[in-house]
Amino acid sequence: MSLLHVAILLPFIAALLIPLFYRWTKKLHTGWLALPIPVILFIYFLTFIPKTAQKATTATLEWIPRYGINFTVVLDGLSLLFALLITGIGSLVVFYSIFYLGKNKERLNNFYAFLLIFMTAMLGVVLSDNLIVLYLFWELTSISSFLLIGYWYHRERSRYGARKSMMITVFGGLMMLGGFLMLHIMTDSFSIREILSNAPSISDNIFFIPAMILILLGAFTKSAQVPFHIWLPDAMEAPTPVSAYLHSATMVKAGLYIVARFTPLFAISGVWFSVISIVGITTMLWGSVNATKKTDLKAILAYSTISQLGMIMTLLGIGSASLHFDSMNDNIYVMAIVAAMFHLFNHATFKGSLFMVAGIVDHETGTRDIRRLGGLMRIMPITATIAFIGTFAMAGIPPFNGFLSKEMFFESLTEIIHLNLFNLESWGIILPVVAWIASVFTFVYSMMIFFRTFAGKTKPYLLPKKPHEASLGLLAPPVILAAFVVGVGLFPNFIAAPILEPAVKAILPTLSHASSFHIHISFWHGFTPALFMTIGVIVFGILLYKTRRSWIPFISSKVPKAFRIGKTYDNGMFYLEQGSYRLTMYVMTGWLRTYLNYMLFAFIALILGTLFITDSLNFDFANLTQITLVDGVLAAVVFVTLIGIMFSRSRITSIILLGAMGYTISIFFVIASAPDLALTQLVIETISVVLYLLVFYHLPQFSNIEEKPKLFSTKTFLSIGVGVAVTLIALSAYDTTFYDSISKYYIDNVYKEAAGKNIVNVILVDFRGFDTLFETAVLAIASIGIFGMIKLRLTKRRKKNENE
Amino acid sequence: MKTNDVLLRNVTKVVAFIIFLFSLHLFFAGHYNPGGGFVAGLTSAGAITLTLLAYDIKTVKGMLNINTLVITGVGLLFAVGTGFIGIFLGKPFLMHVYTYVHLPVLGKVSLHTATLFDLGVYLVVVGVTLTIIQSIGESD
Repeated sequence: MSLLHVAILLPFIAALLIPLFYRWTKKLHTGWLALPIPVILFIYFLTFIPKTAQKATTATLEWIPRYGINFTVVLDGLSLLFALLITGIGSLVVFYSIFYLGKNKERLNNFYAFLLIFMTAMLGVVLSDNLIVLYLFWELTSISSFLLIGYWYHRERSRYGARKSMMITVFGGLMMLGGFLMLHIMTDSFSIREILSNAPSISDNIFFIPAMILILLGAFTKSAQVPFHIWLPDAMEAPTPVSAYLHSATMVKAGLYIVARFTPLFAISGVWFSVISIVGITTMLWGSVNATKKTDLKAILAYSTISQLGMIMTLLGIGSASLHFDSMNDNIYVMAIVAAMFHLFNHATFKGSLFMVAGIVDHETGTRDIRRLGGLMRIMPITATIAFIGTFAMAGIPPFNGFLSKEMFFESLTEIIHLNLFNLESWGIILPVVAWIASVFTFVYSMMIFFRTFAGKTKPYLLPKKPHEASLGLLAPPVILAAFVVGVGLFPNFIAAPILEPAVKAILPTLSHASSFHIHISFWHGFTPALFMTIGVIVFGILLYKTRRSWIPFISSKVPKAFRIGKTYDNGMFYLEQGSYRLTMYVMTGWLRTYLNYMLFAFIALILGTLFITDSLNFDFANLTQITLVDGVLAAVVFVTLIGIMFSRSRITSIILLGAMGYTISIFFVIASAPDLALTQLVIETISVVLYLLVFYHLPQFSNIEEKPKLFSTKTFLSIGVGVAVTLIALSAYDTTFYDSISKYYIDNVYKEAAGKNIVNVILVDFRGFDTLFETAVLAIASIGIFGMIKLRLTKRRKKNENE
Repeated sequence: MKTNDVLLRNVTKVVAFIIFLFSLHLFFAGHYNPGGGFVAGLTSAGAITLTLLAYDIKTVKGMLNINTLVITGVGLLFAVGTGFIGIFLGKPFLMHVYTYVHLPVLGKVSLHTATLFDLGVYLVVVGVTLTIIQSIGESD
C-alpha cells in the first residue's frame, strides 16, 4: 500500500466520512469539507512532475494474486496529465459547487459523496495498470455518473438521462471487459505494461482485431463518439458543476485515455487507424453541425464537447500512423499525438470554464435559453470576459490555446494526404475537408454562445430573474480556468516540456529512446497551409454566422430526420421491451399443456436427434428370451386396456381400466418371478384406484363434462413421438453385452454376508438400505403433505371469519 | 339412514385379525421369503382400513388411540437410528450386524439389525397409509 494507492482511495474514504461529519458541522456547507481532498491530491500529483519526466512511478498492492489481478498503480506522463486534470478541475468544481448549490435546498451529502466516489473512480481508471482493476474503476465512473446525472431524481428528464447514459456506457464497459479478457487470453497477463511490451507477438492472433473492436466500443461509448454520443446531451440534466466536471473535462475523456493507452498495441493494425480516424472525424462534424441548431446553452456545449472529443479522437487516430515509421524525430505524425494531448488539456480548461459560465448565467437569470438571453455583457462583465475567452479558444482564434491546438490539428491533417499507408492516397483527402467544415461550424456555434448570450439587447421581460453579476465564489473557478486558457495560449511551452512531453512519450514508448525529442509549440510558424485554413474558417464562419437565419432552420428540420440516432435508441428500447413482453406472453401461456408440449417436443427432438446423429440405432435380438403364450395374452390385455383408457368417454371407465392394467402388470411380475413386486403392485394398485375413485366422486358438478379426445392433434403426434423415441432407446439399449451384471455378487453374498435369503428384501434393507431410508422419508413427506393440505385451510377459515 | 351391517362387522372381527397375522408373517418372513416391511405395512394398514369400513373413524380412533403421524415419525426414527448402529461400531452408516442365538422355545434364531430397519419401514408405511386414509375420510 503505497501513497499512490492512498491517493486514489482518499476521495472514496472521504465520501464515506463526509456524511458522518456533516452531523456536527451543520452550519458549514458540506462542500468545504470536500474541498481539501482534491486540492491536496492536486498538490500531491504536482510533485510528481519532475519525477515523471524521467521515469514512471509504480506501486503494487496485491489483491487476487492467484489470477494475476493486483492493484498495480503506474504513474507515467499520460496518467499524470489526466490525474492533474481530474484533481485540478475537481478542486475548482467543488469550489464552484459550494456557491452554486444552495445549502438548505439540496441534498449536499449525496452530491459530494457521489462526486468524490467519481473522483476515486476516475483516478483509478487513469492510474491502474491492471486491466481488471481498470475495468472496476471504469464501471465505478459509469455508476457514479449515473447517480450524479440523476441527482435531481424527482425530474423525469434527469431519470431518463441517467438511465440512458447508464445503458450506453455500461454496454460499452461490458464490451471492453470482453476485449480485456481477449487480451488476457492472448498474452496471459492483465498488466497493461506487459501486454504492450508483447505487442508485436500478438498482432497475428485471431483475437487481435476482435479485442481491438471491443475495447474501442468501450472507448467510443464513454467518449460519446457517433453513434453512441446520444447519452451526452441528455446527461445535461445533471447539476452544472457535474456537467462541467464529468461531461466535459474528465469522464468523457476516459475513452480517449483508453485509446491513447492502447495505441502502442493496436496501432500496428490499419483497422485501428481507419476506425478511430473515421469515427473521430464523423463525430466532430456531427457534433459541430448539431450544436448550431440547439438553443439551450448546455445543449450547445454538450454537442460541442462531442465535436471536440471527435477531434481529439481523430488526432489520436492520425498519430497512430507514427508507429509505422522507424525514425521518430522528423515524424510529423508524432505531432498529431502532441496535438491530441495539447487539445485534451486545452479542451478541459475552456470547456470547464464555459460550463461554469453557463451555470452562472442559469443561476443569475434563471434560464439557459439563448433565445431569451442577450445583452448580458453590460450586466455581467466578468462572466462575459470569461465566456469570450472560452468561446474564442474553442473556435480556435489567437491568442488563446485553442488556436494552437487547432493549428496543429490542421497541420497533421494536411500531412495525412502524403501518407502512403492504408490506401490513404485515395481517401485521405476526405479527412482535412471534413475537419475544415466541422471547424467552420465550431466557429459558428462558438460565436452563437458568446454573441447571443452577451451581446445585443437585454430582454428583461423574458428572464425569470433580474440579472446581476455573480458572486466572487462562483466567478473564481472559471477565472482560474480562463487564466490557463490565456496563459497556455501565450506561453504554450510552459506546459509542453513538463507535462505534454512525458504524456506523448507514454503513448509512444519507442519515442523515449529518442533523446532528442522535445516539444516546441511555436505561436507563429510562418504561412503554412494550416494558417490559411484557419483564416478560411474565420471568414466562412463569420459569413455563416451572419446568415444563420437562412440555414439553421434547414438543418434543424431536414437533417435530423435523416439520422435520428436518439430516436432510434428510444425506439430500440421500446421495441425491446415490447418484444420481450410479447414473446413472454406468447411463450408463457399459463397453460400447463403448452409447457408439457414444449418439454415433450424437446424430449423427442433431443432423443431422436442424438440417436440419428451419433448413429446409435443398433438392435441386437440375440439375447432375447423366448416369448410364451402367457406373455402374448398379457401384452394383448395391456394393449386393449390402453386403447380403452385413451378412447373411453367416461372417466370412471378409464379408472377401472387403469386398475385392470395395474393388476395385469402384477401378473407380469408373477410370471417374471418377482413375488415381492407382485405383492406390492397388487396392494398399491388397489389403493390408488380407490383414491382415483375418491377424487372422481368429488369432482365439482359444473366441470363434469365428459369430452371425447380428438384423434388428430398436437397431443397425438407428440404422444406417438415420445412412444417411438422411448421404444427406440429401449431397443438400442437392450444390448447389454458391454459389461457383466453386478447381480452375481448379490446372489453369492446374500446369505454369507447379510444372513438372508430374500434377495430383494436384503438389497432393500441391507445392501442398499440408504435408498430405502429416503423412500420412507418420501412417503412420510407425502402423507404429511396430504394431511397438511386437507387440515390446514387457512384461506377458507379467514374468509369465514371475515363473513362473521 | 343407518343400515345394520352386523354381518360385515362380525366377519371383520375375524378377518382383520387374520390379515394382521398375515402381515406379521410377511414382516418376519421378509428376509427369507417374499414379503418385508413394505408389503407387511400395507397389509396391516389394510386390516385397519377394513375395520374403518365396517365401523367408523371415531370407533377406530378409539380402538387405536394413537396419532398416525407419530407412527410415521417413530418409523423414520427406527430407520435412521438403525443406521447409527453401524457408526457406533466404527463401521459405515447403515452397516447391519447379526448374530445367532439359542432361544429357549424357538431354538437357533438369527437376530439381525436389518429387522429393526424393516420395522421402521413397516411403521412408516402403516402411518402413512392411515394418515392418508383418515385425513381424506375425515374431510368433507
